[in-house]
Amino acid sequence: MKAYLGRRYRFSASHRLHSDAFNAQQNREIYGKCNNPHGHGHNYTLDVLLSGQVNGYGMVCDLAELDEFAQREVVQRFDVTNLNFDRAFENVVPTTENLCREIFRIFSTGFSAARLERIRVEETQNNFFEYME
Amino acid sequence: MVLLTRRADFSASHFYYDDALSEAENVRLFGKCANRNGHGHNYTLEVTVAGAVDPVSGFVVDLKRLKEIIQREVVSVYDHRHLNLDVPEFKTAMPTTENIAIAIWRRLENKIDGAKLTRVRVYEMPELYADYCGEA
Repeated sequence: MKAYLGRRYRFSASHRLHSDAFNAQQNREIYGKCNNPHGHGHNYTLDVLLSGQVNGYGMVCDLAELDEFAQREVVQRFDVTNLNFDRAFENVVPTTENLCREIFRIFSTGFSAARLERIRVEETQNNFFEYME
Repeated sequence: MVLLTRRADFSASHFYYDDALSEAENVRLFGKCANRNGHGHNYTLEVTVAGAVDPVSGFVVDLKRLKEIIQREVVSVYDHRHLNLDVPEFKTAMPTTENIAIAIWRRLENKIDGAKLTRVRVYEMPELYADYCGEA
């Protein structure tokens, strides 16, 4: 029997939206206050949605194993950091669209105990992003 | 493809009453919502659009612009208004949460450049919402 499992994590990070492909004025126009040279921060909420057959223990996957992976690979990597300095964003603007895709990549390549259905990242109470393949 | 959702709030009043029905029928169907003096809610709107992430800007759409479109097309028309009396589409349709979601979809459809409107969700209160995803 297939079931879905959703798990929520939180991390706080700063970023600055700026692309070297644009000049200073274009960056200000495109990214607005998110282009502030000193950056700004958010409390991000991450929702991971997994699916799979319910096993003999009544679980889609071992929650402790999922938590351990999420903490090690995502929370510890991004929490209380500046996203612009993360290796994933050396050449990619750390918009929450791109952060969402990077977190999807981390789970899809590193966590195989259940099927990854969707990654959802809430940047503020007023906006969130979802990525699925 | 990434889905992007933007929230907005508006506060409005409404009532449910069908003039074609008797007072008793209206009360039976709509309960205390049939009181023609109206009542109000703090509505929360979630607009979801889908699109490809621009490889340079990293955006699906500019959130600031999406916010402006929602503000101009919906919030400025609905906020602090009586939906039955002040908003044209509810002269003929009951301002139920379902119809509000459909009306907002129609107001936003074709207004968002570069992304596809995917879902409109309207919360009448935290415990009750309606979704409209167009007629696919």
